[in-house]
Amino acid sequence: MASQIHANQILDCKGLACPMPIVKTKKAIQVLEAGHVLEVQATDKGSTADIQSWAKNTGHQYLGTVQEGDVLKHYLRKAGPHEAKEEARYPHTITAGELMNKLEKGERMTILDVREPAEYAFHRIPEAKSIPLGELEDRAGELDPAEEIYVVCRTGNRSDLACRQLAGKGYRNVKNVLAGMAGWTGPTESDE
Amino acid sequence: MSTKKGLQAMTAKQLTQYVLNKQELFILDVRNESDFQDWKVEGESIRIVNIPYFDLLDGVDAAMEQLPADQDVLVVCAKEGSSKFVAEQLVEAGRETVSYLEGGMKAWSEHLEPVEVGRMKDGGVIYQFVRIGKGCLSYMIVSGGEAVVVDAVRMVDVFEDFARDKGVRIKHVLDTHLHADHISGGRKLAERTGAVYWLPEKDAGEVVYAYQKLEEGHDLTVGKTTIRIQPLHSPGHTSGSTSILVDDRYLLTGDILFIESIGRPDLAGMAEDWVGDLRHTLYARYKELSEELIVLPAHFGKITELGERGKVAARLGDLYRFNPGLNIQDEAEFRTTVTEHLPQQPNAYQEIRQTNMGLLTPDEEEQREMEIGPNRCAVHDK
Repeated sequence: MASQIHANQILDCKGLACPMPIVKTKKAIQVLEAGHVLEVQATDKGSTADIQSWAKNTGHQYLGTVQEGDVLKHYLRKAGPHEAKEEARYPHTITAGELMNKLEKGERMTILDVREPAEYAFHRIPEAKSIPLGELEDRAGELDPAEEIYVVCRTGNRSDLACRQLAGKGYRNVKNVLAGMAGWTGPTESDE
Repeated sequence: MSTKKGLQAMTAKQLTQYVLNKQELFILDVRNESDFQDWKVEGESIRIVNIPYFDLLDGVDAAMEQLPADQDVLVVCAKEGSSKFVAEQLVEAGRETVSYLEGGMKAWSEHLEPVEVGRMKDGGVIYQFVRIGKGCLSYMIVSGGEAVVVDAVRMVDVFEDFARDKGVRIKHVLDTHLHADHISGGRKLAERTGAVYWLPEKDAGEVVYAYQKLEEGHDLTVGKTTIRIQPLHSPGHTSGSTSILVDDRYLLTGDILFIESIGRPDLAGMAEDWVGDLRHTLYARYKELSEELIVLPAHFGKITELGERGKVAARLGDLYRFNPGLNIQDEAEFRTTVTEHLPQQPNAYQEIRQTNMGLLTPDEEEQREMEIGPNRCAVHDK
C-alpha cells in the first residue's frame, strides 16, 4: 500500500488459530464506537474468508485486507444505528449518475470523501479528496468555497451530516451525492 | 453409537471407517459457507449440516436443534480449533457425546487408507492407497521383497512406513503423467528410498530434475518373480499419459479412464489438440486390450465409486458398458463433452503443475493450501 491506513483501534490476533481471531474481533467491536474502524492483525490464513462472512452476517462493514509479510491486516468498520435513521436532510443533492456526467464533461469541481481513511484507501472515486467526517470541523478550511463541492460517503448519510456542517460554516456550493459509493458505478481507484 | 461420553477426538482414520462401513454419522461442519460449498466430507451414510462457528459464538442452540437423537455427532472445521470450541459447547449444552475431527479438513485431505486390491500369479500383491478426502489413488505393487509405487501423493512417509512393515524395498517410483490436481510425492519418495523415478518424457516438459523416461516397450520387473509392468502410451489427459499393465491383469489408467467418467484434456491448456488423442486411447487403444483387465484409476470423483473396503476398481469390459465417457459414439458429441461445460478446474492447478516440474518449491504449508478442495480431473465431476 502506498499510504498507511488509519484505524481507530488495532487488535493483535497474531499467532492465534481459529476460532480466536473472530472471537476477539467480536469482543473488540462490541466496545468500539459506531463508525470507527478496527484493524485486526492475524496470521491465520483462514481468517480472511471467515471475517468476510462474519461481517456479512452481522452487518458490520468489511473494508478489505492488506498483507504485510506473514501478517494479514483486516479492516472492519462498525455499523452504527444512525446510518439507517432518517433525519432532517440537507436539501441540495445530486445522484451518483448525474455526478458521473459532470465528471465526464470535465467540469471543475471538488469531490469530498468523508468516509474513514481505510474505506477511502480501498475504494474511491478518482481524485476525490479525503477528509473524514470527524476531522471536517478542523479541516474545512482546506476546501475552496468558490468551487462546486460534491460530498460522498458510503450511503449518503455521513455526507448528509458533512453538507449541513459545511453549510453552517458558510459554504454555498455544496451538494450531497446520493446514494454514496453504494450508488457509484463509475471508475474507482485504490491505494493498491 | 459410540459408548464414550463427553468430548471425544476422532481421527481421520476413524472417520474413514465410518465412510467405508457405511456407518451412520451426523456431521456439523463449522467452516464458512464458501469453504463448505467447495468441498466437504462425503459418504452414503453421512448427513452433514453447515453452520459457521462464528454464528455460534453467542450460543449453540441453532446447532443443538439440528442434532439427531440417535446418531453419533462429529464437528468438523478447517484445522481443528473451531470444531473443538463448538463441540465443547455442545457438551456443555447437554449433548452427551460429541466428537471433533482431529486435525480438521487438513488431516482429512491428507489421510491415506491402504486397501489390498488383488494378488499376482506369482504371489505378489497390489495395494491401492485411497486418499479419501481428496479422491487421489496411489498404488504399491509388492513382490519378492521389492516394491514399485505408482502415482505417489506427497505424504511419502505413508509409503515408506508401509514398505517397512511389509519388509520390502521400494525399487521404482512411477508417475503415469504430470499431475495437475495434487502435488506428486514421486520424486521425493525416490530420493528418500534410493529408487529410480520414472516419468513420461512428453509430460516432463520443463522439468528441472533427472528422471528415467517411462516408455512403451520398456518393461519393468519387481521382485525375483517376474511381474511385468508394461507401460502403454495412452495420451489424452496429457500428451505423455502412460498406462501401466501389471501382470497382464491390472490396468493402471492414470487420469485417462475412471470408473464413472473419463479424463479431461484441458488442464495443460491443450484441450483442442488432445481431444483426438483421448478419443483414440479410449475408443481404439484400450479396446484392443482384454475385457477381463481390472481398471485401477488414479482418481475417483464420487464417493459411490468406492467399492468393498474402499477399493476403487472395475472390469474394463464393464466400463465399456456402463461408463458414460466410453459410450459416446458420435465424434463431434465426444469433442463437445470433453471440451465444453467442463467442471471448474482444480484449485491452483497451474502452480501444482509447476511444482511437479520442480519450477516452484512451496513449503509444506503452501503445498497444503494449493491442494485444498476436490480433484476435479474427470469430465463428469461437478
